[in-house]
Amino acid sequence: MLRAIYDWVDERLDITPLWRDVADHEVPEHVNPAHHFSAFIYCFGGLTFFVVVIQILSGMFLAMNYVPDIENAHRSVQYLQNEVAMGVIVRGMHHWGASVAIVMLFLHTLRVFFTGAYKHPREFNWVIGMLIFFVMLGLGFTGYLLPWDNKAYFATKVGVEIAGSVPVLGPYIATFLQGGDIVGAQTLARFYALHVFFLPAALLGLLGAHFILIRRQGISGPL
Amino acid sequence: MANNQEGNHKQVHYVGDSHVRADRSKLYPKDYDEFPGKTEPFLPNFLLKEWMVAVVFLVGFMTLVMAEEPPLGEFADPTNTSFLPVPDWYFLFLYQLLKHKWAAGDFVVVGTMIVPGIAFMALLFAPWLDRSKERRPLKRPVATGIMIITLVAISALTWAAEYEHEQQLLSAPGETPENTEIAAKDSKGYDIYAKNACIKCHGENLEGTNGPGLLGVGNKLSADEISKIIAEGRGTMPAGMFQGSPAEEKILVEWLTKQTQK
Repeated sequence: MLRAIYDWVDERLDITPLWRDVADHEVPEHVNPAHHFSAFIYCFGGLTFFVVVIQILSGMFLAMNYVPDIENAHRSVQYLQNEVAMGVIVRGMHHWGASVAIVMLFLHTLRVFFTGAYKHPREFNWVIGMLIFFVMLGLGFTGYLLPWDNKAYFATKVGVEIAGSVPVLGPYIATFLQGGDIVGAQTLARFYALHVFFLPAALLGLLGAHFILIRRQGISGPL
Repeated sequence: MANNQEGNHKQVHYVGDSHVRADRSKLYPKDYDEFPGKTEPFLPNFLLKEWMVAVVFLVGFMTLVMAEEPPLGEFADPTNTSFLPVPDWYFLFLYQLLKHKWAAGDFVVVGTMIVPGIAFMALLFAPWLDRSKERRPLKRPVATGIMIITLVAISALTWAAEYEHEQQLLSAPGETPENTEIAAKDSKGYDIYAKNACIKCHGENLEGTNGPGLLGVGNKLSADEISKIIAEGRGTMPAGMFQGSPAEEKILVEWLTKQTQK
């Protein structure tokens, strides 16, 4: 029955090559933790992606209750955490997941660095990886403000002040981040938009490029 | 299109009027015998193994999530002047860098642009800075050495920032309990407290002025811990602020342990 459905679709759309290309590509022995335990260091990249998926899913559920407005942001997070079924788990996954994502990304970067995997011909993929790191830090910075508690507010204020002290460009960066002259209502709306639309879009685009390049070039050989 | 007319007589069939060819050859999985070592296909063989690693990771992660409730502080209050701002832990090293004299004030550009800029650019362009073909970390000591020094510096800065923040928290006024009535204010304990330097920082009503408030201190600290702080100081409080006799100190400590306001 399933086979018949698949054949019916495949005859019209020729979908087999699409997934076959992903499924059949070869994974060498030296990155396989089933053969060499120490190869778990090659899992950090996959685990980072796994945490990103957790962040996207938990973030989607958080957005069902969160209100990006200075009057209601804190209240909605409190409601979400104390009243909504499983709310504390979903927020916990997103909150701790943010830190774990940075840790995993850091470990993945160190693995690539110390195994010299960024060398010819994989220079470009390393650059894309660094941009992903930068976007992830941006996600961490913008997400920190959203609960609108004292910690969030003052950390953002200090962060914007630091960015504002950069010569020449500083005031423009500060105005761009704040959406005005102070950290306030417009800043929250702006950080929300950056956190859920702009930066995730950039992240997904960069991740796509990262994966296409690694698929095209194959993983670097054993040391 | 002249070539097609002459050479290729093979008829191409399509599915309906689409671009999908009707006479496609079947795709078979590759034969991995010819690959070196124990090479295997990505799906499902390898992905199942990687999923095992992910499951171990997920169990640890969910244990953390269930053990520690995500923190949510008080509603943001821009007029709060005593709140100690602290960024998320992965920004702490940058934050700490700016506390150094050579990276603050007139030289703030060193801390905001030059040091982080050089570090980030060096990282971004690492493939062009480290151009040798050698990949083993011990065979390229410059790259490995710089990275290890950077890691040590980041760890040290993060640790220093965390330590300083904790020290500041200990010395900050902190939150006032709902009940602000001093226990046994007419006793000798309060007289000793008022006679010594204590009252200058901890306040006439134990509310805390330059130092932390002492209302409810009896809930947090034992008598031994209090006398240790009196003798050795803590945070910004130096040692030897209390000038009274040991007998007076005993009365003072006993009186402080009675401050159990909530």
